[in-house]
Amino acid sequence: MVTLAIESLYISTRGSPVSNPKRGGSLNSTKKIRVLVAKPGLDGHDRGAKVVARALRDAGMEVIYTGLRQTPEMIVRAAIDESVDCIGLSILSGAHMALFPKVMELLKKEDADDILVVGGGIIPEDDVPGLKKTGIAEIFGPGTPLESIIEYIQSHVRT
Amino acid sequence: MSVDELVEGVLAGKRRSLARLLSLIEDEDVRAPKALSQLYRHTGRAHIVGVTGPPGSGKSTLVTQITKELRRRKKTVGIICVDPSSPFSGGALLGDRIRMQEHALDDDVYVRSMGTRGHLGGLARSTAEAVRAVDAFGKDVILVETVGAGQSEVEIIELAHTVVVTDVPGSGDDIQAIKAGIMEIADIFVVNKSDLEGAERKGAEINAMLETDIREKPWRPPVLLTNARTGEGVAELVDKISEHISCLRDSGLLEERGLQRSRDELEQMMEYKLTHQLLTELRGRPEYNEAIVRIAKRNEDPYTVAEKLVMDFLLKYREDAG
Ligand SMILES: Nc1nc2c(ncn2[C@@H]2O[C@H](COP(=O)(O)OP(=O)(O)OP(=O)(O)O)[C@@H](O)[C@H]2O)c(=O)[nH]1
Ligand SMILES: [Mg+2]
Repeated sequence: MVTLAIESLYISTRGSPVSNPKRGGSLNSTKKIRVLVAKPGLDGHDRGAKVVARALRDAGMEVIYTGLRQTPEMIVRAAIDESVDCIGLSILSGAHMALFPKVMELLKKEDADDILVVGGGIIPEDDVPGLKKTGIAEIFGPGTPLESIIEYIQSHVRT
Repeated sequence: MSVDELVEGVLAGKRRSLARLLSLIEDEDVRAPKALSQLYRHTGRAHIVGVTGPPGSGKSTLVTQITKELRRRKKTVGIICVDPSSPFSGGALLGDRIRMQEHALDDDVYVRSMGTRGHLGGLARSTAEAVRAVDAFGKDVILVETVGAGQSEVEIIELAHTVVVTDVPGSGDDIQAIKAGIMEIADIFVVNKSDLEGAERKGAEINAMLETDIREKPWRPPVLLTNARTGEGVAELVDKISEHISCLRDSGLLEERGLQRSRDELEQMMEYKLTHQLLTELRGRPEYNEAIVRIAKRNEDPYTVAEKLVMDFLLKYREDAG
């Protein structure tokens, strides 16, 4: 009984400024998965990307969203500056075979290809193997449950 | 990456090193204070400018325009945007960057988004240290956009040399919010969205309120009108921002505030160090846990026990020191 009480007292003080200092060593790690949700190309809307972004936030991730019409250069720059663990590329316009590999190529050039890259949007089955060959880890077609995307990212980002 | 490599990289202007360090800072990794301690003497050079104001008042759009003007004046710029983390999931949607695409590929601009991670007051707990890292990285001006909560972003005055408070035309009742404290933190007022009805009137109202403050001060906050979509009024704003830091410097206030900040920071760190040392020593000792049980059972009181434990601790260290 007594030890139990002390245990819970100890745990309840762990969140205090003492054990979770403003500066200095961390007892409880506050590490969060950071994800860049990016829309390369000329798509006119981003409803799908926003739904995914919100779901990832609700799963506890920090999601950086940069809006429409991103060039591969802009995506890679944002990913590096924001130190993301994962990039989610979403595209509807059909330009994925040009733009996704370009992102991968730039990441490699910047020595940042340890970042997990996944794709989504409207991407024909036949294109998937080719994209994966460039280093895209996974492609999520329309109708993929949000939970699968969340789980995939959680279990595949570098730690 | 070792701490030394990280420090070297930041000082050499490598974005990846800075990005990496910022993550260590946010994640409260033990390497962060080690790196910051080495970087400290390279800091204190940047002009830190806070931008705060109600949600949607155009802070991010204005920050972009300010950046554009600063770049025209050949200044390099760091931007830190803070957005609220969800109290439920701990996650965050960091969307300020959407408005900052214009500078997306400019090598002399560095943009970083931060979630508050549970901290209140308009900033994240680690924002000040993030700013310090960007300062060491060598940016001339660092713009910090706070969470747009509208009232409670007072922390920014401790961090920034110059605080810009944004507001928009209409919504006469937020004059109340301004009265209730925002007025105290503003070095410069901006009525943004000057293209909308009622901007002049809003500006006049704020000015009238400022007149009621008769205290003698070296700096009177100006009230400016801007249109952050077109950039109208932004050159004047940037003029005022640099006039403000000159005024702080000339009046001796900059030095005074610098001393105050150094004292606060040092005392905060010592407080943490002491408490941490004390608790590390006590926790896990059976007699400590027994004392807690006795306090809970009302056999002893926390006032006496705390006094005794702290005195014993200090005495022991005095003896050790000879
Ligand atoms: N009409 C008009 N709209 C503006 C002006 N400045 C910004 N906006 C618009 O106001 C909206 C919000 O702008 P943001 O810059 O995101 O505002 P914010 O204060 O950063 O918002 P939060 O970070 O969410 O608190 C956007 O749709 C902008 O385009 C302006 O001067 N005039
Ligand atoms: Mg904003």
